[in-house]
Amino acid sequence: MSEYRPNILRGLSALTIRELKKWAKEPIILLMAILQPIIWMGLLGKAMNLNAIFSVNSLSNVNIPDIKIPEYGITISGTLIKQRLLEVFENIGTNVMQNFFGVTDYFSYMSVGMISMIVMFTTMFSGMSMVWDRRLGFLDKVLSTPVPRSAIIFSKVLNAALRSMFQATIILALAAILGLKISPTFSPMNLLGIYAAIFLLSVGLSSLFLALALRSTRHEVQMAVVNLINMPLMFASNIFFPTSMMPEWLQAIANVNPVSYLTDAIRQLTIFPLNSSTLVIDFVYLGVFAIILSAIGITLSWRYLTR
Amino acid sequence: MVKNVIEVDGLTKVFNKGFVAVDHVSFSVEEGEIFGFLGPNGAGKTTTINMLTTVLKPTEGRASVLGYDVVRQASMVRKVIGVVPQEYTADEDLTGYENIMLCADLYGIPKDVAKKRALELLELVELTPFKDKRVETYSGGMRRRLELACGLINTPKVLFLDEPTLGLDVQTRAAIWDYIRKLKEEYNMTLFMTTHYMEEADALCDRIAIIDHGKIIAIGSPSELKGSLGGDVITISIKEDVDVSELIRNIDNVKDVKKDNGSYRIKAESGEVTAPIIIDVLRRKGYTITKLSLEKPTLNEVYLEYTGKSMRDAEESREAFVSHRITLRRARSK
Ligand SMILES: Nc1ncnc2c1ncn2[C@@H]1O[C@H](COP(=O)(O)OP(=O)(O)OP(=O)(O)O)[C@@H](O)[C@H]1O
Ligand SMILES: [Mg+2]
Repeated sequence: MSEYRPNILRGLSALTIRELKKWAKEPIILLMAILQPIIWMGLLGKAMNLNAIFSVNSLSNVNIPDIKIPEYGITISGTLIKQRLLEVFENIGTNVMQNFFGVTDYFSYMSVGMISMIVMFTTMFSGMSMVWDRRLGFLDKVLSTPVPRSAIIFSKVLNAALRSMFQATIILALAAILGLKISPTFSPMNLLGIYAAIFLLSVGLSSLFLALALRSTRHEVQMAVVNLINMPLMFASNIFFPTSMMPEWLQAIANVNPVSYLTDAIRQLTIFPLNSSTLVIDFVYLGVFAIILSAIGITLSWRYLTR
Repeated sequence: MVKNVIEVDGLTKVFNKGFVAVDHVSFSVEEGEIFGFLGPNGAGKTTTINMLTTVLKPTEGRASVLGYDVVRQASMVRKVIGVVPQEYTADEDLTGYENIMLCADLYGIPKDVAKKRALELLELVELTPFKDKRVETYSGGMRRRLELACGLINTPKVLFLDEPTLGLDVQTRAAIWDYIRKLKEEYNMTLFMTTHYMEEADALCDRIAIIDHGKIIAIGSPSELKGSLGGDVITISIKEDVDVSELIRNIDNVKDVKKDNGSYRIKAESGEVTAPIIIDVLRRKGYTITKLSLEKPTLNEVYLEYTGKSMRDAEESREAFVSHRITLRRARSK
């Protein structure tokens, strides 16, 4: 009797399914989670339309009178001038967008950034749920069973990754409905790449937040830490603006920020013309980030999960 | 051959702020024994269980369960033990059945075996009608029974029970102990438990350790412990107005006699045998006995003697403490 063999896959799947069940039983959490990026998309993404500044509409009330040059008997029609100007203006807008953002509309640019944002917000909850499990005694119970310690951490990581991927799908679908301009290099196969990239960043970030939460019993502390980390992760990145538009010191941070690499990877795979060499760099960076942080997370969990 | 299933030697836990919760505790538990830990709130019972079940690391000292060291061979220990914690640890968002199956998965019990056992255990703790309801909707007693079922899912060789019957009604308590006794006999399971129901400890435990301020202050079988108090108390009154103290004191087994308002408080070993002898002696001398009572010392008195605290006080504060904790739990689910 009781010569059962606890194995990591069994434990991992059981704990992950538990997390997913809890999630599925509370659809309001999912709703709240995706509401935030949607609001960002709707407000900022649509409002901050740089194109509109240079668009036909901004000139629509301007009347240009005909220009007459009697010496030569020439009359240049004002309407014609206006038409020409409009063309130029339209190009200016498009050019500015194209040069700085790499796409012709800001909405497309930032709605992809929202996928990174949802990954950040989802992964930070893995640390929180760890704190709750400890508080509610569930963690102690799990710790007294022979399930491998790494399965406990991995289940949270995996859960965060699956949630991120699911929520990213919703964001992407909504963005598509709301007018995401997809690049001609896009193919359905790219979706796999998108999921892979999201998976890697989720693994890295949730390992980070979990490592910070290993010993913590206070969710307030955890919340404060998460907020502190999240702001720079979000704004010192290319989620809202290209790093090239930033002051140098901010650029330096943004260029090591793994969130920038995820955002770039997804943009490459959706709205940008695909540039395989930068895409490879993105993936390598995300992969290394995921491996290092999950290794740290597991090492620390062996040491610190048991008080 | 009887062997020690649990061996504890100088086990100590010092918490961060230098607080010594368990202070060089040593004892051993034999195979097939029910070993009870008794002590007031904060005595260090749960801390000891947590170290034996590998949830907490000892600061000092050693402990082994079935020969496996709880620190160096923690994963071996975890395989052979079952734990019923003091706190409710089930996941409130899952159903009772889902919780048990989750435990089974963590132990790596084959699915078909696990399903069968889970249903059996649910039946045992009378939760079958509620098995598909969320634990959130369970009453305190139902939660505790669920914890018990989870702790038994891997048919452990050693079962750790931290106040397993706290908050249960008399009926359920009796049913659970019947089952545990049966399990113990069938599988020769060894039990390590804490409880504050003294009658329960008395009736069930083969041996008891009384712990206070992190130290074991008395250890032995319930009858040994009660015996250590100096025997039973016989109270007797006679009609005649003379002092018979000396007469009684000379009877075998009588240890002490105190005259007190016309009645005699007699401390004696095996009161049920000694009392009739006293009656005989007095009658033969022509005295008329008007009142007689015999009190056997209870564990309650033993507890009081050793900890200086009445069990009742401890009980009340504990119930309050537990219900406070439950309120906290509930608060978060709102
Ligand atoms: N994590 C901790 N950090 C600091 N002190 C602790 C911790 N856990 C317990 N203690 C302290 O250790 C002492 C023993 O606690 P323990 O939980 O073992 O008591 P107990 O005998 O189980 O009490 P009860 O009957 O109330 O369950 C208490 O004084 C408690 O305050
Ligand atoms: Mg306790």
